[in-house]
Amino acid sequence: MHFHSLFQNFGELTVTGLAQGAIYALFALGYTMVYGVLRLINFAHSEVFMVGTFAAVLTWGLFGLDQDSATPSVGAVLLLLLAGFLAAALAAGIMALIVEMVAYRPLRRRNAPPLVFLITAIGASTVISEAVGIGTHRNVSSVPPLIRPSTVVQIGNTSVTNIQILIVGLALVMMVVLDLFIGKTRLGRGVRAVAQDPDSAALMGVNKNRVISLVFLTGGLMAGIAAVMYLLKIGGTRYDAGFHLGIKAFTAAVLGGIGNLRGALLGGLALGLAENYGSGLFGTQWRDVVAFVLLVVILLFRPTGILGESMGRARA
Amino acid sequence: MLLELADVSLCYGRIRALHGISLIVEEGEIVALIGANGAGKSTTMRAISGLRPLSGGAVRFDSTDISRLRADLRVIRGIVQVPEGRGVFPGMTVAENLAMGAYARRDQAAIRDDLEKVFVLLPRLLERKGQAGGTLSGGEQQMLAVGRALMSRPRLLLLDEPSMGLAPMIIQQIFEIIEEINRQGTTILLVEQNAQQALSRAHRAYVLETGRIVQSGTGKELLDDSAVKEAYLGVA
Ligand SMILES: Nc1ncnc2c1ncn2[C@@H]1O[C@H](COP(=O)(O)OP(=O)(O)OP(=O)(O)O)[C@@H](O)[C@H]1O
Ligand SMILES: [Mg+2]
Repeated sequence: MHFHSLFQNFGELTVTGLAQGAIYALFALGYTMVYGVLRLINFAHSEVFMVGTFAAVLTWGLFGLDQDSATPSVGAVLLLLLAGFLAAALAAGIMALIVEMVAYRPLRRRNAPPLVFLITAIGASTVISEAVGIGTHRNVSSVPPLIRPSTVVQIGNTSVTNIQILIVGLALVMMVVLDLFIGKTRLGRGVRAVAQDPDSAALMGVNKNRVISLVFLTGGLMAGIAAVMYLLKIGGTRYDAGFHLGIKAFTAAVLGGIGNLRGALLGGLALGLAENYGSGLFGTQWRDVVAFVLLVVILLFRPTGILGESMGRARA
Repeated sequence: MLLELADVSLCYGRIRALHGISLIVEEGEIVALIGANGAGKSTTMRAISGLRPLSGGAVRFDSTDISRLRADLRVIRGIVQVPEGRGVFPGMTVAENLAMGAYARRDQAAIRDDLEKVFVLLPRLLERKGQAGGTLSGGEQQMLAVGRALMSRPRLLLLDEPSMGLAPMIIQQIFEIIEEINRQGTTILLVEQNAQQALSRAHRAYVLETGRIVQSGTGKELLDDSAVKEAYLGVA
């Protein structure tokens, strides 16, 4: 064990952990919201994210940019980022809606048992990922150099880059916006009503299918934003980019308390930090081991996750 | 005729819970539906509010066939059910629960008026405005469920066992509130185990037995009926 390296790099590990965790958190929202309303684990959510990454890369390609382009001017970069975020969020949101309408809604109409939903979710995930895999010849699509990582804050030996600040800042803003939307608006109340008692919600005049669509759409939008953050951080994407990250995001959702919005944030950040500290302590090859041991240990003591309670009960 | 059930049947999977029941509710009435456990009272309510699809027959509201209308759209027409077990949203405050009652409405000014009326009728809710629905006492939850239903401006209010699990004092209070709501112009269909209370407050009543209507009459007639007395009022 490398205690020395952990202490030496504690600040650095914390910063990178938070940035990674912020991506997990935004990604996890889709799992947690859909679970909160439908008690369904939407495995196709990882592909919703993946579609978001390709939408951004394609959009930047439309502007004539590829990985060999020179870094554009500041104004152009801001515009390109905005375009990338919008395209990814829209594409991911629409993809999530399509999954709901094509795969799940017909099953709900037939009152299918939970296992059928689960298999359908896995099937939908495979179909989307394979379709993109075939379409892209399973190649990596690289991102044009929009932002060169540069240190903007330096505290001791800890440096914080512009990309990290963008990721964490934007993730927090999106979380607050979503929290206010669900907590304070009429539509958000409708979502919580369906999560807490679907029959009662119908008796209040809530259109359940509309709420479900809204939930898939919102989860997709957030995954799309996470997708661009991922691109900025990693530099490229592939048809299976959603798979591994999706497992992590789902873990984050369970860790924080699935069904709970704030739990997704907490779970995401906790997972990102734990992974990084773990790889500092044991070496990077232990990263995923640490993540899942953490999950098991927390669930042992708190079977419903850190914040427990569903979107319903915790007044998230 | 505000509500008419014509030969309504309803199945849960292979189990038939309603075997062709017919009943009517006139505008302005309080109509009671009594019957033993498992007779199909709650099922009848679900058939009217649209929570469960019919297997046969028709539900007409205001002379329109609404048999295939979604539950949330029936609310907009004015059919509002307070379900058995109250159906309060446990994680929402009292104020939010009441706001849910007005979910389908857009007339903000009228909603504010109605909220004040609900607080006048059920002052306890005002005291508990910020408390989570799930932490209210049973009686308070019942009041909240009724108040929330009123926020939907029902033309027909369906109450499924409003007295369930409540102390006699509170039961009196709940029934007085029900009569007051009716005096203010809302038609009420009331399901009750507490046949004594229900029959003495209702204009008319139906008796349900294993999914069939076996008797009907004014509240007074049924109170005096020997078969009803024996089966539901606990007097031989
Ligand atoms: N979801 C369901 N699935 C299967 N059977 C059901 C379901 N709901 C009710 N039933 C059955 O339908 C019949 C009527 O039930 P219902 O709830 O309407 O009775 P009730 O008159 O309201 O009784 P109680 O006074 O106990 O509330 C019962 O035999 C019950 O077991
Ligand atoms: Mg019942």
